[in-house]
Amino acid sequence: MIEVTDLGYRHHARSPWVFKHHSLSLKKGEVGAIIGPNGRGKTTLLKALLGLIKPQQGSVTFAGLPAYVPQGTDTSFPYRVRDLVVMGRARTLGLFASPSREDYRLADEAMARVGIEALANRRLTELSGGQRQLVLIARALASQCDILVLDEPTSALDYHNQNRVLAVLEQARNDGVTVLFTTHSPQHALAIADSVLLMFGPDEYRFGPCDEVLTDQQLARLYNIDIRTLPFEHNGQAHRAVVPVFGSMA
Amino acid sequence: MTSQIAPALMPLRVRGGVWWLLGAFLVAVMLVSLSTGNYQVPVNHVVGILVSSWWPVEVTWTPVEARVVELIRLPRVLIAALVGASLALAGAALQGALRNPLVGPQIVGVSSGAALGGVLALFLALGTAAVIGSAFVFGALAMLIAYSMARVSGNSSPLTLVLAGIVVSAFCSALVSLLTYLANPEDSLPTIVYWLMGSFATTSFDKVWVVGGVLLLAGLPLVLMRFRINVLSLGDEEAQSLGIPVERTRWAVLALCTALVAASVSVSGVVDWVGLVIPHFARLLLGPDHRKVLPASMLMGAAYMVIIDTLARSLTSAEIPLGVLTAIVGAPIFAWLLRQSSRRGALHD
Repeated sequence: MIEVTDLGYRHHARSPWVFKHHSLSLKKGEVGAIIGPNGRGKTTLLKALLGLIKPQQGSVTFAGLPAYVPQGTDTSFPYRVRDLVVMGRARTLGLFASPSREDYRLADEAMARVGIEALANRRLTELSGGQRQLVLIARALASQCDILVLDEPTSALDYHNQNRVLAVLEQARNDGVTVLFTTHSPQHALAIADSVLLMFGPDEYRFGPCDEVLTDQQLARLYNIDIRTLPFEHNGQAHRAVVPVFGSMA
Repeated sequence: MTSQIAPALMPLRVRGGVWWLLGAFLVAVMLVSLSTGNYQVPVNHVVGILVSSWWPVEVTWTPVEARVVELIRLPRVLIAALVGASLALAGAALQGALRNPLVGPQIVGVSSGAALGGVLALFLALGTAAVIGSAFVFGALAMLIAYSMARVSGNSSPLTLVLAGIVVSAFCSALVSLLTYLANPEDSLPTIVYWLMGSFATTSFDKVWVVGGVLLLAGLPLVLMRFRINVLSLGDEEAQSLGIPVERTRWAVLALCTALVAASVSVSGVVDWVGLVIPHFARLLLGPDHRKVLPASMLMGAAYMVIIDTLARSLTSAEIPLGVLTAIVGAPIFAWLLRQSSRRGALHD
Protein backbone atom coordinates (compact mmCIF):
# COMPACT_ATOMS: atom_id res chain seq x y z
CA MET A 1 0.00 0.00 0.00
CA ILE A 2 1.20 3.52 -0.79
CA GLU A 3 -0.45 6.63 0.60
CA VAL A 4 0.96 9.99 -0.52
CA THR A 5 -0.70 13.10 0.87
CA ASP A 6 -0.07 16.69 -0.17
CA LEU A 7 3.51 16.04 -1.23
CA GLY A 8 5.52 19.11 -2.21
CA TYR A 9 9.15 19.54 -3.17
CA ARG A 10 11.43 22.34 -4.30
CA HIS A 11 15.20 22.27 -4.67
CA HIS A 12 15.85 25.34 -2.49
CA ALA A 13 13.77 27.48 -0.21
CA ARG A 14 13.47 30.15 -2.89
CA SER A 15 13.20 28.10 -6.03
CA PRO A 16 9.78 27.39 -7.50
CA TRP A 17 7.96 24.23 -6.48
CA VAL A 18 8.72 21.26 -8.70
CA PHE A 19 5.35 19.97 -7.53
CA LYS A 20 3.10 20.57 -4.56
CA HIS A 21 -0.08 19.22 -3.03
CA HIS A 22 0.32 15.97 -4.94
CA SER A 23 -1.58 13.05 -3.50
CA LEU A 24 -2.04 9.50 -4.64
CA SER A 25 -2.91 6.20 -3.11
CA LEU A 26 -2.50 2.61 -4.23
CA LYS A 27 -3.82 -0.46 -2.46
CA LYS A 28 -1.76 -3.60 -2.00
CA GLY A 29 -1.28 -5.32 -5.33
CA GLU A 30 -2.33 -2.33 -7.38
CA VAL A 31 -0.33 -0.81 -10.20
CA GLY A 32 -0.01 2.96 -10.58
CA ALA A 33 1.54 4.91 -13.44
CA ILE A 34 2.89 8.45 -13.35
CA ILE A 35 2.79 10.29 -16.67
CA GLY A 36 4.08 13.74 -17.46
CA PRO A 37 6.15 15.59 -20.05
CA ASN A 38 9.95 15.69 -19.89
CA GLY A 39 11.23 17.75 -17.00
CA ARG A 40 7.87 17.93 -15.21
CA GLY A 41 9.35 16.18 -12.18
CA LYS A 42 8.37 12.52 -12.45
CA THR A 43 11.74 11.26 -11.23
CA THR A 44 11.83 13.95 -8.54
CA LEU A 45 8.39 12.84 -7.37
CA LEU A 46 9.57 9.23 -7.08
CA LYS A 47 12.71 10.23 -5.19
CA ALA A 48 10.75 12.46 -2.84
CA LEU A 49 8.23 9.80 -2.02
CA LEU A 50 11.02 7.30 -1.43
CA GLY A 51 12.82 9.77 0.83
CA LEU A 52 15.93 9.85 -1.37
CA ILE A 53 15.37 13.61 -1.35
CA LYS A 54 13.50 15.35 1.43
CA PRO A 55 10.09 16.74 0.47
CA GLN A 56 9.24 20.02 2.22
CA GLN A 57 5.54 19.25 2.38
CA GLY A 58 3.25 16.35 2.88
CA SER A 59 3.56 12.81 4.06
CA VAL A 60 4.23 9.40 2.57
CA THR A 61 3.13 6.12 4.08
CA PHE A 62 4.31 2.75 2.82
CA ALA A 63 2.75 -0.37 4.22
CA GLY A 64 5.70 -2.65 3.65
CA LEU A 65 9.20 -2.40 2.30
CA PRO A 66 9.74 -0.28 -0.83
CA ALA A 67 12.45 -0.93 -3.41
CA TYR A 68 13.58 1.48 -6.09
CA VAL A 69 14.51 0.68 -9.67
CA PRO A 70 16.42 3.64 -11.11
CA GLN A 71 16.40 4.48 -14.81
CA GLY A 72 19.78 2.91 -15.23
CA THR A 73 22.82 2.13 -13.21
CA ASP A 74 26.09 3.77 -13.95
CA THR A 75 28.85 2.20 -11.96
CA SER A 76 32.53 2.43 -12.75
CA PHE A 77 32.82 -1.19 -11.69
CA PRO A 78 31.22 -3.77 -14.03
CA TYR A 79 30.02 -6.32 -11.49
CA ARG A 80 28.61 -9.68 -12.44
CA VAL A 81 24.83 -9.76 -12.69
CA ARG A 82 24.48 -12.15 -9.75
CA ASP A 83 26.70 -9.99 -7.53
CA LEU A 84 24.68 -6.95 -8.51
CA VAL A 85 21.33 -8.61 -7.84
CA VAL A 86 22.48 -9.82 -4.43
CA MET A 87 23.09 -6.18 -3.49
CA GLY A 88 19.32 -5.99 -3.17
CA ARG A 89 19.94 -7.78 0.13
CA ALA A 90 22.16 -4.96 1.45
CA ARG A 91 19.42 -3.59 3.69
CA THR A 92 19.39 -6.74 5.76
CA LEU A 93 23.17 -7.07 6.05
CA GLY A 94 25.23 -5.55 8.84
CA LEU A 95 28.18 -3.24 8.33
CA PHE A 96 30.73 -6.04 8.28
CA ALA A 97 28.56 -8.73 6.71
CA SER A 98 28.72 -10.18 3.22
CA PRO A 99 25.78 -11.96 1.58
CA SER A 100 25.14 -15.47 2.84
CA ARG A 101 24.13 -18.55 0.88
CA GLU A 102 20.50 -17.65 1.71
CA ASP A 103 20.97 -14.15 0.27
CA TYR A 104 22.32 -15.66 -2.94
CA ARG A 105 19.38 -18.07 -3.03
CA LEU A 106 16.98 -15.11 -2.86
CA ALA A 107 18.97 -13.36 -5.57
CA ASP A 108 18.77 -16.45 -7.79
CA GLU A 109 15.05 -16.66 -7.13
CA ALA A 110 14.60 -13.01 -8.10
CA MET A 111 16.59 -13.57 -11.30
CA ALA A 112 14.36 -16.54 -12.12
CA ARG A 113 11.25 -14.41 -11.53
CA VAL A 114 12.29 -11.97 -14.23
CA GLY A 115 13.79 -14.70 -16.40
CA ILE A 116 17.44 -13.73 -16.43
CA GLU A 117 19.02 -16.79 -14.77
CA ALA A 118 21.13 -17.27 -17.88
CA LEU A 119 22.78 -13.89 -17.40
CA ALA A 120 23.94 -14.60 -13.83
CA ASN A 121 27.65 -14.63 -14.62
CA ARG A 122 27.68 -11.93 -17.26
CA ARG A 123 29.00 -8.47 -16.55
CA LEU A 124 26.59 -5.56 -16.54
CA THR A 125 28.57 -3.77 -19.24
CA GLU A 126 28.01 -6.65 -21.64
CA LEU A 127 24.22 -6.45 -21.41
CA SER A 128 21.68 -4.68 -23.59
CA GLY A 129 19.44 -1.96 -22.23
CA GLY A 130 16.51 -4.35 -21.81
CA GLN A 131 18.62 -6.89 -19.96
CA ARG A 132 20.01 -4.23 -17.64
CA GLN A 133 16.51 -3.09 -16.79
CA LEU A 134 15.55 -6.64 -15.88
CA VAL A 135 18.69 -6.94 -13.74
CA LEU A 136 17.71 -3.83 -11.78
CA ILE A 137 14.18 -5.13 -11.31
CA ALA A 138 15.57 -8.45 -10.12
CA ARG A 139 17.77 -6.61 -7.63
CA ALA A 140 14.73 -4.80 -6.27
CA LEU A 141 12.78 -8.06 -6.02
CA ALA A 142 15.70 -9.72 -4.23
CA SER A 143 15.09 -7.34 -1.34
CA GLN A 144 11.72 -9.09 -0.91
CA CYS A 145 10.03 -5.75 -1.23
CA ASP A 146 6.28 -5.19 -0.92
CA ILE A 147 6.36 -2.06 -3.03
CA LEU A 148 8.19 -1.62 -6.31
CA VAL A 149 8.91 1.93 -7.47
CA LEU A 150 10.36 2.17 -10.97
CA ASP A 151 11.64 5.16 -12.91
CA GLU A 152 10.81 4.78 -16.60
CA PRO A 153 11.43 1.04 -16.66
CA THR A 154 10.51 0.80 -20.34
CA SER A 155 12.29 3.81 -21.77
CA ALA A 156 14.79 3.05 -24.50
CA LEU A 157 13.51 -0.50 -24.89
CA ASP A 158 12.18 -2.15 -28.03
CA TYR A 159 8.65 -3.63 -28.14
CA HIS A 160 9.83 -7.10 -27.18
CA ASN A 161 11.64 -5.84 -24.12
CA GLN A 162 8.84 -3.42 -23.20
CA ASN A 163 6.53 -6.43 -23.26
CA ARG A 164 8.93 -8.41 -21.08
CA VAL A 165 9.25 -5.67 -18.48
CA LEU A 166 5.49 -5.10 -18.38
CA ALA A 167 4.94 -8.85 -17.96
CA VAL A 168 7.41 -8.89 -15.07
CA LEU A 169 5.59 -5.99 -13.41
CA GLU A 170 2.23 -7.74 -13.85
CA GLN A 171 3.73 -10.88 -12.38
CA ALA A 172 4.96 -8.89 -9.38
CA ARG A 173 1.51 -7.40 -8.97
CA ASN A 174 -0.01 -10.87 -9.03
CA ASP A 175 2.42 -11.82 -6.28
CA GLY A 176 0.92 -9.05 -4.15
CA VAL A 177 3.54 -6.37 -4.81
CA THR A 178 2.30 -2.80 -5.17
CA VAL A 179 3.87 -1.23 -8.27
CA LEU A 180 4.36 2.44 -9.08
CA PHE A 181 6.19 3.48 -12.23
CA THR A 182 6.79 6.54 -14.35
CA THR A 183 6.48 6.32 -18.11
CA HIS A 184 6.25 8.32 -21.30
CA SER A 185 3.86 5.78 -22.73
CA PRO A 186 0.17 6.11 -21.84
CA GLN A 187 -0.17 2.79 -23.67
CA HIS A 188 1.84 1.08 -20.93
CA ALA A 189 -0.39 2.62 -18.30
CA LEU A 190 -3.44 1.30 -20.17
CA ALA A 191 -1.81 -2.11 -20.41
CA ILE A 192 -1.10 -2.77 -16.76
CA ALA A 193 -2.03 0.16 -14.49
CA ASP A 194 -5.08 0.41 -12.26
CA SER A 195 -4.58 4.10 -11.54
CA VAL A 196 -2.69 6.86 -13.22
CA LEU A 197 -1.32 10.22 -12.14
CA LEU A 198 -0.98 12.92 -14.80
CA MET A 199 1.42 15.73 -13.92
CA PHE A 200 0.16 18.84 -15.69
CA GLY A 201 2.05 21.43 -13.71
CA PRO A 202 3.63 22.14 -10.33
CA ASP A 203 0.31 22.30 -8.52
CA GLU A 204 -1.95 20.71 -11.07
CA TYR A 205 -2.34 16.99 -11.43
CA ARG A 206 -5.00 14.41 -11.95
CA PHE A 207 -5.04 11.06 -10.19
CA GLY A 208 -7.62 8.35 -10.72
CA PRO A 209 -8.53 5.09 -12.41
CA CYS A 210 -6.96 4.64 -15.84
CA ASP A 211 -10.22 4.65 -17.76
CA GLU A 212 -11.35 7.94 -16.27
CA VAL A 213 -8.08 9.82 -16.41
CA LEU A 214 -6.57 8.69 -19.68
CA THR A 215 -8.95 10.46 -22.02
CA ASP A 216 -8.23 12.20 -25.32
CA GLN A 217 -8.75 15.62 -23.72
CA GLN A 218 -6.49 15.01 -20.75
CA LEU A 219 -3.69 13.54 -22.87
CA ALA A 220 -3.94 16.37 -25.38
CA ARG A 221 -3.67 18.85 -22.54
CA LEU A 222 -0.73 17.02 -21.03
CA TYR A 223 1.39 16.92 -24.16
CA ASN A 224 -0.05 19.86 -26.12
CA ILE A 225 -0.71 17.68 -29.14
CA ASP A 226 -3.85 15.95 -30.39
CA ILE A 227 -4.02 12.41 -29.05
CA ARG A 228 -6.73 9.86 -29.84
CA THR A 229 -7.44 6.70 -27.96
CA LEU A 230 -8.97 4.27 -30.44
CA PRO A 231 -10.90 1.20 -29.31
CA PHE A 232 -10.01 -2.18 -30.79
CA GLU A 233 -10.49 -5.81 -29.94
CA HIS A 234 -7.87 -8.47 -29.35
CA ASN A 235 -8.73 -12.08 -28.41
CA GLY A 236 -12.22 -10.96 -27.55
CA GLN A 237 -10.99 -8.30 -25.15
CA ALA A 238 -11.60 -4.58 -25.54
CA HIS A 239 -8.45 -2.46 -25.73
CA ARG A 240 -7.61 1.11 -26.48
CA ALA A 241 -4.73 2.28 -28.63
CA VAL A 242 -3.14 5.63 -27.88
CA VAL A 243 -2.33 7.43 -31.10
CA PRO A 244 -0.67 10.84 -31.10
CA VAL A 245 -1.51 12.93 -34.17
CA PHE A 246 1.93 14.27 -35.00
CA GLY A 247 1.94 17.66 -36.69
CA SER A 248 -1.10 18.80 -34.72
CA MET A 249 -1.27 21.24 -31.84
CA ALA A 250 -3.89 20.85 -29.18
CA MET B 1 34.89 -12.53 -18.55
CA THR B 2 37.30 -11.87 -15.71
CA SER B 3 40.31 -11.01 -17.81
CA GLN B 4 42.67 -12.58 -20.25
CA ILE B 5 45.39 -12.83 -17.65
CA ALA B 6 43.40 -14.90 -15.21
CA PRO B 7 43.00 -17.96 -17.45
CA ALA B 8 46.70 -17.87 -18.23
CA LEU B 9 47.56 -17.84 -14.54
CA MET B 10 44.93 -20.37 -13.71
CA PRO B 11 45.45 -23.89 -14.57
CA LEU B 12 44.76 -23.27 -10.86
CA ARG B 13 41.07 -23.83 -11.24
CA VAL B 14 41.32 -25.01 -7.65
CA ARG B 15 39.02 -23.22 -5.27
CA GLY B 16 40.96 -20.35 -3.80
CA GLY B 17 43.85 -21.06 -6.17
CA VAL B 18 44.52 -17.39 -6.80
CA TRP B 19 44.80 -16.72 -3.08
CA TRP B 20 47.38 -19.45 -2.55
CA LEU B 21 49.27 -18.12 -5.53
CA LEU B 22 49.25 -14.53 -4.24
CA GLY B 23 50.22 -15.65 -0.74
CA ALA B 24 53.04 -17.86 -1.99
CA PHE B 25 54.26 -15.06 -4.25
CA LEU B 26 54.41 -12.65 -1.30
CA VAL B 27 56.36 -15.14 0.83
CA ALA B 28 58.77 -15.88 -2.02
CA VAL B 29 59.33 -12.18 -2.68
CA MET B 30 60.02 -11.56 1.00
CA LEU B 31 62.51 -14.43 1.20
CA VAL B 32 64.36 -13.23 -1.90
CA SER B 33 64.38 -9.71 -0.51
CA LEU B 34 65.84 -10.94 2.78
CA SER B 35 68.65 -12.65 0.92
CA THR B 36 69.38 -9.78 -1.48
CA GLY B 37 71.58 -6.78 -0.85
CA ASN B 38 75.17 -5.67 -0.58
CA TYR B 39 75.76 -8.66 1.64
CA GLN B 40 74.25 -11.69 -0.11
CA VAL B 41 72.73 -14.36 2.09
CA PRO B 42 71.63 -17.59 0.34
CA VAL B 43 67.87 -18.13 0.52
CA ASN B 44 68.21 -21.47 2.32
CA HIS B 45 70.23 -19.71 5.02
CA VAL B 46 67.51 -17.06 5.27
CA VAL B 47 64.88 -19.75 5.76
CA GLY B 48 67.08 -21.44 8.35
CA ILE B 49 67.65 -18.20 10.26
CA LEU B 50 63.93 -17.43 10.32
CA VAL B 51 62.91 -20.93 11.32
CA SER B 52 65.57 -21.17 14.02
CA SER B 53 63.78 -18.53 16.10
CA TRP B 54 60.95 -20.98 16.75
CA TRP B 55 62.40 -24.38 15.88
CA PRO B 56 65.80 -25.82 16.60
CA VAL B 57 67.55 -26.47 13.27
CA GLU B 58 71.12 -27.21 12.35
CA VAL B 59 73.09 -23.97 12.02
CA THR B 60 74.54 -23.67 8.52
CA TRP B 61 74.94 -19.90 8.48
CA THR B 62 77.40 -17.44 9.92
CA PRO B 63 76.51 -15.14 12.86
CA VAL B 64 76.95 -12.15 10.52
CA GLU B 65 74.37 -13.53 8.15
CA ALA B 66 71.98 -14.05 11.04
CA ARG B 67 72.45 -10.49 12.20
CA VAL B 68 72.01 -9.03 8.70
CA VAL B 69 68.82 -10.96 8.15
CA GLU B 70 67.24 -10.62 11.57
CA LEU B 71 68.25 -7.16 12.67
CA ILE B 72 68.70 -5.20 9.45
CA ARG B 73 66.62 -6.74 6.72
CA LEU B 74 63.72 -8.37 8.53
CA PRO B 75 62.22 -5.19 10.01
CA ARG B 76 62.73 -3.45 6.70
CA VAL B 77 61.07 -6.16 4.64
CA LEU B 78 58.22 -6.44 7.13
CA ILE B 79 57.58 -2.72 7.12
CA ALA B 80 57.75 -2.56 3.34
CA ALA B 81 55.14 -5.31 3.16
CA LEU B 82 52.92 -3.65 5.77
CA VAL B 83 53.15 -0.22 4.13
CA GLY B 84 52.46 -1.71 0.69
CA ALA B 85 49.46 -3.61 2.03
CA SER B 86 48.11 -0.53 3.85
CA LEU B 87 48.46 1.82 0.89
CA ALA B 88 47.01 -0.62 -1.64
CA LEU B 89 44.11 -1.47 0.64
CA ALA B 90 43.37 2.20 1.28
CA GLY B 91 43.54 2.90 -2.45
CA ALA B 92 41.19 0.07 -3.35
CA ALA B 93 38.68 1.06 -0.66
CA LEU B 94 38.76 4.73 -1.65
CA GLN B 95 38.31 3.91 -5.32
CA GLY B 96 35.20 1.95 -4.42
CA ALA B 97 33.76 4.36 -1.88
CA LEU B 98 34.32 7.38 -4.11
CA ARG B 99 33.27 5.30 -7.13
CA ASN B 100 36.22 6.53 -9.08
CA PRO B 101 38.91 4.07 -10.17
CA LEU B 102 41.34 6.92 -10.70
CA VAL B 103 41.65 8.14 -7.13
CA GLY B 104 44.44 7.16 -4.81
CA PRO B 105 45.18 7.88 -1.17
CA GLN B 106 46.85 11.16 -2.16
CA ILE B 107 43.57 12.42 -3.62
CA VAL B 108 41.65 12.89 -0.38
CA GLY B 109 44.44 15.02 1.07
CA VAL B 110 45.77 12.50 3.56
CA SER B 111 49.18 11.94 1.94
CA SER B 112 49.98 15.63 1.60
CA GLY B 113 48.69 16.40 5.05
CA ALA B 114 50.80 13.64 6.56
CA ALA B 115 53.78 14.85 4.55
CA LEU B 116 53.29 18.34 5.94
CA GLY B 117 53.09 16.98 9.47
CA GLY B 118 56.25 14.94 9.04
CA VAL B 119 58.18 17.79 7.45
CA LEU B 120 57.09 20.15 10.22
CA ALA B 121 58.43 17.75 12.87
CA LEU B 122 61.69 17.29 10.94
CA PHE B 123 61.96 21.06 10.48
CA LEU B 124 61.66 21.56 14.19
CA ALA B 125 64.22 18.77 14.64
CA LEU B 126 61.88 16.74 16.84
CA GLY B 127 62.45 13.03 17.32
CA THR B 128 61.20 10.05 15.32
CA ALA B 129 58.16 9.58 17.52
CA ALA B 130 57.19 13.20 16.89
CA VAL B 131 57.54 12.71 13.13
CA ILE B 132 55.22 9.72 13.23
CA GLY B 133 52.71 11.42 15.53
CA SER B 134 52.72 14.70 13.65
CA ALA B 135 52.37 13.00 10.26
CA PHE B 136 49.44 11.03 11.60
CA VAL B 137 47.67 14.04 13.12
CA PHE B 138 48.17 16.27 10.09
CA GLY B 139 47.06 13.52 7.71
CA ALA B 140 43.84 13.08 9.64
CA LEU B 141 43.40 16.85 9.87
CA ALA B 142 43.84 17.28 6.11
CA MET B 143 41.20 14.64 5.44
CA LEU B 144 38.82 16.27 7.92
CA ILE B 145 39.24 19.64 6.25
CA ALA B 146 38.69 18.16 2.80
CA TYR B 147 35.65 16.31 4.07
CA SER B 148 34.07 19.33 5.74
CA MET B 149 34.74 21.40 2.61
CA ALA B 150 32.92 18.81 0.51
CA ARG B 151 30.06 18.46 2.94
CA VAL B 152 27.13 20.63 1.95
CA SER B 153 23.92 20.36 3.95
CA GLY B 154 24.90 17.05 5.48
CA ASN B 155 25.95 15.31 2.29
CA SER B 156 29.22 14.98 0.48
CA SER B 157 29.31 13.98 -3.13
CA PRO B 158 32.28 11.89 -4.24
CA LEU B 159 33.20 14.44 -6.88
CA THR B 160 33.33 17.43 -4.53
CA LEU B 161 35.27 15.28 -2.09
CA VAL B 162 37.89 14.57 -4.73
CA LEU B 163 38.05 18.25 -5.68
CA ALA B 164 38.29 19.33 -2.04
CA GLY B 165 41.06 16.77 -1.56
CA ILE B 166 42.99 18.27 -4.46
CA VAL B 167 42.61 21.75 -2.95
CA VAL B 168 43.81 20.61 0.47
CA SER B 169 46.69 18.67 -1.10
CA ALA B 170 47.82 21.70 -3.07
CA PHE B 171 47.70 23.84 0.06
CA CYS B 172 49.69 21.33 2.10
CA SER B 173 52.23 20.93 -0.71
CA ALA B 174 52.75 24.68 -0.75
CA LEU B 175 53.43 24.66 2.97
CA VAL B 176 55.81 21.74 2.53
CA SER B 177 57.68 23.73 -0.12
CA LEU B 178 57.81 26.72 2.21
CA LEU B 179 59.27 24.64 5.05
CA THR B 180 61.76 23.04 2.68
CA TYR B 181 62.77 26.49 1.48
CA LEU B 182 63.26 27.71 5.03
CA ALA B 183 65.05 24.58 6.24
CA ASN B 184 68.68 24.73 7.24
CA PRO B 185 70.62 23.38 4.24
CA GLU B 186 73.32 22.00 6.52
CA ASP B 187 71.13 19.88 8.66
CA SER B 188 67.35 19.63 8.36
CA LEU B 189 67.03 20.14 4.59
CA PRO B 190 68.61 16.84 3.49
CA THR B 191 66.62 14.94 6.13
CA ILE B 192 63.40 16.53 4.91
CA VAL B 193 64.14 15.90 1.25
CA TYR B 194 65.03 12.23 1.79
CA TRP B 195 62.04 11.68 4.04
CA LEU B 196 59.72 13.25 1.49
CA MET B 197 60.94 10.96 -1.26
CA GLY B 198 60.23 7.97 0.90
CA SER B 199 62.56 5.42 2.41
CA PHE B 200 62.56 2.37 4.61
CA ALA B 201 66.24 2.91 5.46
CA THR B 202 65.66 3.88 9.09
CA THR B 203 63.32 1.09 10.04
CA SER B 204 63.09 -0.56 13.39
CA PHE B 205 60.77 -3.08 14.94
CA ASP B 206 59.01 -0.18 16.73
CA LYS B 207 57.81 1.13 13.39
CA VAL B 208 56.77 -2.37 12.36
CA TRP B 209 54.47 -2.43 15.40
CA VAL B 210 53.04 0.99 14.54
CA VAL B 211 52.14 0.13 10.96
CA GLY B 212 51.20 -3.45 11.80
CA GLY B 213 48.93 -2.30 14.61
CA VAL B 214 47.18 0.27 12.44
CA LEU B 215 46.83 -2.24 9.62
CA LEU B 216 45.15 -4.62 12.04
CA LEU B 217 42.91 -2.03 13.70
CA ALA B 218 41.92 -0.07 10.58
CA GLY B 219 42.56 -2.56 7.79
CA LEU B 220 40.56 -5.42 9.22
CA PRO B 221 37.30 -3.46 9.57
CA LEU B 222 37.87 -2.05 6.10
CA VAL B 223 38.25 -5.50 4.57
CA LEU B 224 35.15 -6.64 6.44
CA MET B 225 33.20 -3.71 4.97
CA ARG B 226 33.95 -4.96 1.47
CA PHE B 227 30.36 -5.71 0.51
CA ARG B 228 29.23 -2.31 1.76
CA ILE B 229 31.92 -0.78 -0.44
CA ASN B 230 30.46 -2.67 -3.41
CA VAL B 231 27.06 -1.14 -2.70
CA LEU B 232 28.57 2.30 -2.12
CA SER B 233 30.32 2.11 -5.49
CA LEU B 234 26.92 2.10 -7.24
CA GLY B 235 26.42 5.75 -6.37
CA ASP B 236 24.84 7.58 -3.47
CA GLU B 237 21.21 7.46 -4.47
CA GLU B 238 21.29 3.86 -5.52
CA ALA B 239 23.12 2.82 -2.36
CA GLN B 240 20.67 4.80 -0.26
CA SER B 241 17.71 3.23 -2.02
CA LEU B 242 19.23 -0.17 -1.26
CA GLY B 243 19.07 0.72 2.42
CA ILE B 244 22.66 1.75 3.13
CA PRO B 245 23.42 4.78 5.32
CA VAL B 246 25.61 6.32 2.63
CA GLU B 247 27.14 9.25 4.47
CA ARG B 248 28.06 7.27 7.58
CA THR B 249 29.50 4.40 5.58
CA ARG B 250 31.63 6.68 3.43
CA TRP B 251 32.82 8.53 6.50
CA ALA B 252 33.87 5.24 8.07
CA VAL B 253 35.78 4.21 4.94
CA LEU B 254 37.52 7.59 4.77
CA ALA B 255 38.51 7.51 8.44
CA LEU B 256 39.92 3.99 8.21
CA CYS B 257 41.82 4.80 5.00
CA THR B 258 43.20 7.94 6.61
CA ALA B 259 44.57 5.90 9.50
CA LEU B 260 46.22 3.46 7.08
CA VAL B 261 47.77 6.13 4.88
CA ALA B 262 48.87 8.38 7.72
CA ALA B 263 50.55 5.46 9.49
CA SER B 264 52.35 4.50 6.27
CA VAL B 265 53.51 8.01 5.45
CA SER B 266 54.65 8.59 9.01
CA VAL B 267 57.12 5.68 8.92
CA SER B 268 58.20 5.69 5.30
CA GLY B 269 57.62 9.17 3.89
CA VAL B 270 55.50 9.77 0.84
CA VAL B 271 55.17 6.75 -1.42
CA ASP B 272 52.69 7.59 -4.15
CA TRP B 273 51.30 5.37 -6.89
CA VAL B 274 51.01 2.14 -4.90
CA GLY B 275 47.46 2.90 -3.80
CA LEU B 276 46.49 3.82 -7.33
CA VAL B 277 48.18 1.09 -9.35
CA ILE B 278 47.81 -2.05 -7.25
CA PRO B 279 43.99 -2.08 -7.05
CA HIS B 280 43.89 -1.96 -10.86
CA PHE B 281 46.15 -5.00 -10.99
CA ALA B 282 43.88 -6.75 -8.54
CA ARG B 283 40.82 -5.89 -10.62
CA LEU B 284 42.46 -7.11 -13.80
CA LEU B 285 43.20 -10.42 -12.10
CA LEU B 286 40.00 -10.94 -10.13
CA GLY B 287 37.32 -8.66 -11.54
CA PRO B 288 35.76 -5.59 -9.92
CA ASP B 289 34.17 -7.21 -6.85
CA HIS B 290 35.62 -5.46 -3.79
CA ARG B 291 35.17 -8.60 -1.74
CA LYS B 292 38.11 -9.94 -3.72
CA VAL B 293 39.83 -6.71 -4.71
CA LEU B 294 40.44 -5.53 -1.13
CA PRO B 295 42.28 -8.61 0.21
CA ALA B 296 44.03 -9.15 -3.13
CA SER B 297 45.24 -5.54 -3.13
CA MET B 298 46.74 -6.09 0.30
CA LEU B 299 48.71 -9.15 -0.78
CA MET B 300 49.79 -7.62 -4.09
CA GLY B 301 50.60 -4.25 -2.53
CA ALA B 302 52.79 -5.94 0.05
CA ALA B 303 54.68 -7.93 -2.59
CA TYR B 304 55.02 -4.89 -4.87
CA MET B 305 56.43 -2.72 -2.09
CA VAL B 306 58.94 -5.38 -1.04
CA ILE B 307 60.11 -5.70 -4.64
CA ILE B 308 60.40 -1.93 -5.02
CA ASP B 309 62.32 -1.61 -1.75
CA THR B 310 64.65 -4.45 -2.70
CA LEU B 311 65.38 -2.69 -5.98
CA ALA B 312 65.79 0.62 -4.17
CA ARG B 313 68.53 -0.71 -1.92
CA SER B 314 70.28 -3.09 -4.29
CA LEU B 315 70.17 -1.56 -7.79
CA THR B 316 72.88 0.95 -7.09
CA SER B 317 75.40 1.36 -4.30
CA ALA B 318 73.46 4.33 -2.96
CA GLU B 319 69.77 3.95 -2.12
CA ILE B 320 67.23 5.17 -4.62
CA PRO B 321 64.35 7.00 -2.94
CA LEU B 322 61.20 4.86 -2.88
CA GLY B 323 58.85 7.57 -4.11
CA VAL B 324 61.05 7.96 -7.19
CA LEU B 325 61.02 4.23 -7.94
CA THR B 326 57.29 3.72 -7.34
CA ALA B 327 56.58 6.57 -9.74
CA ILE B 328 59.08 5.44 -12.39
CA VAL B 329 57.82 1.87 -12.23
CA GLY B 330 54.22 2.75 -11.39
CA ALA B 331 53.46 5.29 -14.10
CA PRO B 332 54.22 3.05 -17.10
CA ILE B 333 52.53 0.08 -15.44
CA PHE B 334 49.48 2.23 -14.81
CA ALA B 335 49.41 3.38 -18.41
CA TRP B 336 49.57 -0.24 -19.57
CA LEU B 337 46.92 -1.30 -17.05
CA LEU B 338 44.54 1.41 -18.21
CA ARG B 339 44.83 0.20 -21.78
CA GLN B 340 44.38 -3.41 -20.76
CA SER B 341 41.40 -2.82 -18.56
CA SER B 342 39.59 -0.58 -21.01
CA ARG B 343 40.21 -3.15 -23.72
CA ARG B 344 38.79 -5.92 -21.54
CA GLY B 345 35.91 -3.94 -20.19
CA ALA B 346 37.15 -4.34 -16.63
CA LEU B 347 36.72 -0.61 -16.50
CA HIS B 348 34.50 1.69 -18.42
CA ASP B 349 33.87 5.37 -18.24
